[in-house]
Amino acid sequence: MAAKKAATPDKKESAEAPRVRVTEARDGIEQVPMPDRYEASKDELTDFYRQMLTIRRFEEKAGQLYGMGLIGGFCHLYIGQEAVVTGIQSAMSKADSVIGGYRVHGHMLACGIPAKAVMSELTGRAAGISKGKGGSMHMFSTEHKFYGGHGIVGAPVPLGAGLAFAHKYQEDGGVAVCYFGDGAANQGQVYEAFNMAELWKLPVLFIIENNQYAMGTSVNRASAEDQLYRRGESFRIEGLQVNGMDVCDVRGAADVALKWVREGNGPVLMELMTYRYRGHSMSDPAKYRSREEVQDVRTKRDPIEAAKQQLLEMGVSEDDLKAIEKDIRAEVNEAADFAEQTPEPELDELYTDVLVGNY
Amino acid sequence: MPIEIKLPAMSPTMEEGTLAKWLVSEGDEVNPGDLLAEIETDKATMELEADEGGTVAKLLVDAGSENIPVGTLIAMIAREDEDASDISVPDDGEASAEPADDKTEQAAETPDDSAQKPKKGEEPASLSVEPEVPEGTPMKRQTVREALRDAMAEEMRGDEKIFVMGEEVAEYQGAYKVTQGLLKEFGDKRVIDTPITEYGFAGVATGAAMGGLKPVCEFMTFNFAMQAIDHIINSAAKTLYMSGGQMRCPIVFRGPNGAAARVGAQHSQNYGPWYASVPGLIVIAPYDAASAKGLLRAAIQSPDPVVFLENELLYGHSFDVPDTDDWVLPIGKAKIAREGSDVTLVSYSIGVGVALDAAEKLAEDGIDAEVIDLRTLRPLDRETVLRSLKKTNRLVVVEEGWPTCSIASEIQGICMEDGFDDLDAPVLRVTNVDVPLPYAENLEKAALVKVDDVVTAARRVCYKD
Repeated sequence: MAAKKAATPDKKESAEAPRVRVTEARDGIEQVPMPDRYEASKDELTDFYRQMLTIRRFEEKAGQLYGMGLIGGFCHLYIGQEAVVTGIQSAMSKADSVIGGYRVHGHMLACGIPAKAVMSELTGRAAGISKGKGGSMHMFSTEHKFYGGHGIVGAPVPLGAGLAFAHKYQEDGGVAVCYFGDGAANQGQVYEAFNMAELWKLPVLFIIENNQYAMGTSVNRASAEDQLYRRGESFRIEGLQVNGMDVCDVRGAADVALKWVREGNGPVLMELMTYRYRGHSMSDPAKYRSREEVQDVRTKRDPIEAAKQQLLEMGVSEDDLKAIEKDIRAEVNEAADFAEQTPEPELDELYTDVLVGNY
Repeated sequence: MPIEIKLPAMSPTMEEGTLAKWLVSEGDEVNPGDLLAEIETDKATMELEADEGGTVAKLLVDAGSENIPVGTLIAMIAREDEDASDISVPDDGEASAEPADDKTEQAAETPDDSAQKPKKGEEPASLSVEPEVPEGTPMKRQTVREALRDAMAEEMRGDEKIFVMGEEVAEYQGAYKVTQGLLKEFGDKRVIDTPITEYGFAGVATGAAMGGLKPVCEFMTFNFAMQAIDHIINSAAKTLYMSGGQMRCPIVFRGPNGAAARVGAQHSQNYGPWYASVPGLIVIAPYDAASAKGLLRAAIQSPDPVVFLENELLYGHSFDVPDTDDWVLPIGKAKIAREGSDVTLVSYSIGVGVALDAAEKLAEDGIDAEVIDLRTLRPLDRETVLRSLKKTNRLVVVEEGWPTCSIASEIQGICMEDGFDDLDAPVLRVTNVDVPLPYAENLEKAALVKVDDVVTAARRVCYKD
């Protein structure tokens, strides 16, 4: 057996957390190349920064609106994980589609869906992307090729393989990018989908956003194999484990993975090592981890702070960054005001959209 | 004593078979394990082996003979100490040498004549009222199985986005031969064998529908779709609503539903009431071949998710089907399978055959029963049910399924809410017994819905008991 490829050396952190790992070489299985960190131009990185910060400010605002009783039910915030979706989406092409679970506000913004349409769905208003009938976990935009927004843990994985099936069938060159969490990675249907995706060489990129906790259960308390990027090995699916707290690491790995998938090699399984700062949902007191643990990640590994430092090193001024922040706050405040003021759905909307046809 | 070779039952539901080919001739020596013949069953072509050795003395059925009842003597083999030329056919074996076309009566006499199975030649075609068939439409005799296959093929010819996915649908030609020939015509891009992973492939098919395709997702039986019910309901049925009307999911989930024969509790359940309770789904459960074809084509054309419940015991039954290119029926419209004036029997799927048989018996007693085949369970054709009730003022629901929270209880509810003033008697339901389906032949028969129980219930609501 070939030796494991050496991981890219990590300059800032200790050797125990390499930026990227690939699954071990095995006889008869072509190995996915080892990705490099993406070298973003100043403009690109500025754009990443803007996107990540938009997601964070949006989610903070959603948290506030929840506290004010304007958002109901379950609300899962993406704060801390922004680099994952920003890095992945930046590597995608127009033909590609996206599907995810119930923590997808950030994914929707990254797909280009207007903040107003998302926020007013959260407040259950007619102007929401689902006319107020979906809520936080059930949002879709066929226009932006965003296929939900699914509240059942693990469901997006076979559905994503199905989107990939449609891409292949229609020969449109698209890849289905399928996000799920470390908790979903233990669902049986995930492995049924892995099997078919590799068997049929479907163009699908499986992305596990490993934020370390499935609700309150840490990965190693729930997973016999806690190196989740290896979970595709018995289906001959190549895996990549990537530092999900650095947008350029994510982008570099996404480029390699998407190229591999687009060339007809079948799926790749990416595990993005990330962290959520907030509870699982708004009602989660997060007693299963210490405040110190959260603070430690926030201060040492925050993806937005890291991008900011890099931009400053590249010569972007503090004033420029402040201007970006100001713009974002204005946009998010505008979305929140709109979401608060725009009317609820008309009562006859109760009966619409059950079926397309009249029977 | 020579060895008697009788046509064996090669599947749980096989009642008759076709002798496709003899692989031996009279006078041939055979050893144990040698192949004697190819038998075509309702599901597949199988080879018949010799259990014991000897000399083939007599082949009693011509190759190509169809509809040979299970148990028919088809060959005689002389043992080592016997002279093949001396072997004579026992008296009771004579009938088996008759041409197969005349076998319908004999088929009706096979011991397994449990009431829920309509038999060949017994479908009261002359009584059926099919208003949507224009007069003079040419008809062809077709099995339900063939009608379903034709429906898929005709739709697939017209729309490249339609594909069929499921276990054994392609190379095996369908576990119940419903997809026979589709692989050859449409190729492996559009007719796709899956691993045995219902949850996974139902999800893949649903995702493909969301991605713009029109999947026909076959379950080998709906019992196994329990593993996939999350995607049928949570992913397929609810998405249009949850997306505010943006995301369609045009998919057909189809396969046999309800009790087959002697396969026990886990393989014998009617999921009609389950799916019919879910907003966002269309649920269809046809009885005859014409409805099966016209409604499957409508289901595939529908922009909505459809659960299409077939019945294994009906697959081999023949009915008249309009011989036209555009035989598509409206979803949500019941059919009056038999007109009558004294009592209404409402049913669907295989229960319609039970109701029609009961109507025949009731006619002997001077009770003129109307039989309604619901065909679509969701949306339910309330108008046709209530119109019939207005006419007869008495109603019995016949359902091959459990009584509790059933289509039968739904019909009772509809009649109470909207037909109360038309009722001259309480609406009764005749269903399976409220137990898991047992295996033993007598218990199974006792558990399933029966013609006599329907007759009794109909007499009761007519106050003639």
